Amino acid sequence: MRSLTRKSGEVIANLRLIWKEPLLFTSIIAIFYFLIVFVAYPVFGVIKTSLVVKGKLDFSNYLAVFSARYYFQPFLNSMFLGICTACIGTFIGFIFAFGLTRTTLPFKPFFRQTATFPIISPPFVVSLAAILLFGRAGSLTPYVKEVIGEYSIYGLGGLILVETIAYAPTAFLVLYGVLMAIDPALEEASMDLGASRVKVFGTVTLPLSFPGIASAWLLVFIQSLADFGNPMVISGNYRVLSVQAFLQITGMYDLARGSTLAILLLMPTAVAFFLQKYWVARKSYVTVTGKPTGATIKNVEWYIKLPVYSICILYTAGVFLFYGTIVYGSFQTLWGVNPTLTLKNYVQMFQVGKDYILDSLTLSSLATPISGVLGMFIAFLIIRKKFMGRGLMDFISMLTFAVPGTVVGIGYILAFNRPSPIFPIVLTGTAWIIILLLVFRNMPVGIQSGIAALHQIDPSIEEASTDLGADSNTTFRRITLPMIAPAFFSGLVYSFVKAMTAISAVIFVVSGRWNLITVAILGFVDNSQYAPAAAMSLLLIAIVLIALGIIQMIVNRIGRGTRITSIIG
Amino acid sequence: MKEDFLELRELVKIFGGDKNEVVAVDRVNLKVHEGEMVTLLGPSGCGKTTTLRMIAGFEHPTSGEIILEGERIKNVPPNKRPTTMVFQNYALFPHMTVYENISYGLKIHGRPEKEIKRRTEEVMRLVGLTGMERRSPTQLSGGQQQRVSLARSLVMEPKVLLLDEPLSNLDAKLRVATRMEIRKLQQRLGITSVYVTHDQEEAMTLSDRVVIMHEGRIQQVGTPREVYGKPANRFVADFIGKANFIKGKILRQTSDGETQVEVLGKTYNIKVERGAWSAGDEVVMVIRPESIVVGPGSLEAPTGKIRQSVYLGSQMVYEVEVGEYILSVEIANPGHERVFAEGEEVSLSFLERSLHVLPPEDK
Ligand SMILES: Nc1ncnc2c1ncn2[C@@H]1O[C@H](COP(=O)(O)OP(=O)(O)O)[C@@H](O)[C@H]1O
Ligand SMILES: [Mg+2]
Repeated sequence: MRSLTRKSGEVIANLRLIWKEPLLFTSIIAIFYFLIVFVAYPVFGVIKTSLVVKGKLDFSNYLAVFSARYYFQPFLNSMFLGICTACIGTFIGFIFAFGLTRTTLPFKPFFRQTATFPIISPPFVVSLAAILLFGRAGSLTPYVKEVIGEYSIYGLGGLILVETIAYAPTAFLVLYGVLMAIDPALEEASMDLGASRVKVFGTVTLPLSFPGIASAWLLVFIQSLADFGNPMVISGNYRVLSVQAFLQITGMYDLARGSTLAILLLMPTAVAFFLQKYWVARKSYVTVTGKPTGATIKNVEWYIKLPVYSICILYTAGVFLFYGTIVYGSFQTLWGVNPTLTLKNYVQMFQVGKDYILDSLTLSSLATPISGVLGMFIAFLIIRKKFMGRGLMDFISMLTFAVPGTVVGIGYILAFNRPSPIFPIVLTGTAWIIILLLVFRNMPVGIQSGIAALHQIDPSIEEASTDLGADSNTTFRRITLPMIAPAFFSGLVYSFVKAMTAISAVIFVVSGRWNLITVAILGFVDNSQYAPAAAMSLLLIAIVLIALGIIQMIVNRIGRGTRITSIIG
Repeated sequence: MKEDFLELRELVKIFGGDKNEVVAVDRVNLKVHEGEMVTLLGPSGCGKTTTLRMIAGFEHPTSGEIILEGERIKNVPPNKRPTTMVFQNYALFPHMTVYENISYGLKIHGRPEKEIKRRTEEVMRLVGLTGMERRSPTQLSGGQQQRVSLARSLVMEPKVLLLDEPLSNLDAKLRVATRMEIRKLQQRLGITSVYVTHDQEEAMTLSDRVVIMHEGRIQQVGTPREVYGKPANRFVADFIGKANFIKGKILRQTSDGETQVEVLGKTYNIKVERGAWSAGDEVVMVIRPESIVVGPGSLEAPTGKIRQSVYLGSQMVYEVEVGEYILSVEIANPGHERVFAEGEEVSLSFLERSLHVLPPEDK
């Protein structure tokens, strides 16, 4: 009873403080409205469409899916693919992270750059390369056939190969952070007490990184399940959920069936996401924000070096081979038939794809800063402010991580193709629907980097500003923002890369008037025009690299301690 | 000078949910006079910082009132309160120069440029930072950072200056020098201050009055002399300096407070508050190590046996076993006294004036 009155007392006190800072209060309300309209409402729409038939609650869509092997098989296929990719990807990611942090592997920066390169390219570029290398007219196909006989790259095997290359970097990044953050003193202590290197690994390193491994596994699993581009290109007869949902909607115009498949896709990714966020992350022994010392024990025994180095070199070679093939292929007259080098692919790409390129650039450039600023501001509210509904805000804004692009895309067509009480404007066919989708899909990245940055800033620095008379907004503008600027810009880079390479969600909302470069590439691939597709993929990668370079320059300027405030404004 | 410049009335702060709630501050009542330096002293986790943060406005009290110059300020947000705080880790803005750091508050308050310049320069001179205007805080030593932090708070001319263990990040020598500087500055400016520390020496040298806290509660408020000489309870006696606790018995109390008490079979005449005790009361005596005198021989009671004997140059420290007790004894200037070895029998006597009486069950 006493605690009840105390709690309501504190709630009232909170409310009063919020009223004293009306700008903060309105911002919170506005953000809630946007999150509900552009994150929760579309997902809700998909669920509703799958569950409501003719205005009544009805499970017939689900019964139909579960009774027909034709619909249910994709679910099993997606799960199996996800599990395989997650296991192999996490394994490679761990070996790579181990090699970089715990051995005397030479050329470490080179290996690290290579291992993370696939992250900045559209994922299905790997599929494209796989077709060029191992497809019907693939340059390596004859040699492979000699070893393993007749095969087809289209199907489960090909999918596992390309998704592993595309998503192992995710696992690597997580595990690299984890291994760097383990206090080297622990490993030294173990060795000091007589443990051999293998024992140190088995009793200290591995157990301490186990939550990180689980985390990486779940993240790769989610990415594989939500992947649309690669299966679209290379799945052949191996039918997976994301592609089937897309085909139901764009091919059969069956929104209900498509939504139902999308929900089947949503459930395992949502479960995996919440396991990752609320269970594994909580079990973590290491804080990734801890200062990495790098002075770890280095394993120099041959029986450790040999397998670790081999895998690092193999994966790196694979990345080089695949992306090299894209470069080489973009200059070929006709792949596998006429190897004369030519520039006509680039000409053709520009003729056909000029509008796509411009649209992509325009829409991404508009969406990126919005999602960056919004993400930072939400991170600030979540970490530093106490208000009712803070947990809910955290939850909704992270929801998009858990929701596969396919579900979001379907949700956006359902939500914005006619006016609704909650949002009275039709967005379908406009640039806005693409911009908003990109903003709210990429915002969690901004929130995450903001949260990480804010955790590293001692709250008393902001308190000092408040103490000296600044209100919340002034403190955010003059103290917090300049200090999190580097993280803000890295968040921007990531958002921009994501916006430029997005496919799974945006493919549902593009239109004749507004289209995207990734959709154009997929179109080329669909017509078996592999060379122009390769040329366009390269252009996309080049644009992303240039943007990365520009933002890196800005961050370096800031890093030197020149007046950041004047840059931020 | 106003007596109740700042008042904390029945202040309570409870953290956490229903199951794991922590009572950080428990019914704290305190009056701080204008121009006074009051120190909150207590072991780590006793609620000092929480109390300070409630005065600054960073924590909202669960119940109770904070009254500044007669006004209730509990619901005033921290940026509107005329208090400023010196943070334990200084909390300097790393992206601003020293000058920008110090002038930040004035700028926020929209003071004219000329005034900002004048006041900032003045306070920088006051704390001895002149010439460092354009440096970045990251290029300063710990002591200099501490001064910037102090200057940043002082320049606002706050009604109450709050300091949360401001010296704990400095090395021992600098700590002693800086605390004298802070005290001089505070007295010169006549600035009302609340200072938090867990270091009793710091508290004793700095403060007009010391507030001793334990488990969220105030144990005693008094001048440094009072809390050392007349501790309110066993916790305070033990926390401030060293103390021996010996059972005693009140024999007689006259109407003017003259009291006879028997300790270890010997009778002492002490002066206590009138009516505090009556004949026959069991009590606990607080005896400071330096209030015990040891002499040779075993004839005069009480007697004891030296268990440990340590020579410290300026002091001789003994542990003496007397019946059920092991007493700490400190003799100043041992050069002129006879030194006893371990195992020797000695007789003990207590300096009557420094005996202090506590109730028996007190822990
Ligand atoms: N934000 C908080 N949430 C929960 N418990 C807290 C919080 N701040 C302090 N406490 C608890 O309140 C008690 C008093 O803390 P504090 O005032 O910081 O002590 P001191 O400064 O005297 O060391 C401690 O038990 C501490 O764990
Ligand atoms: Mg403290």
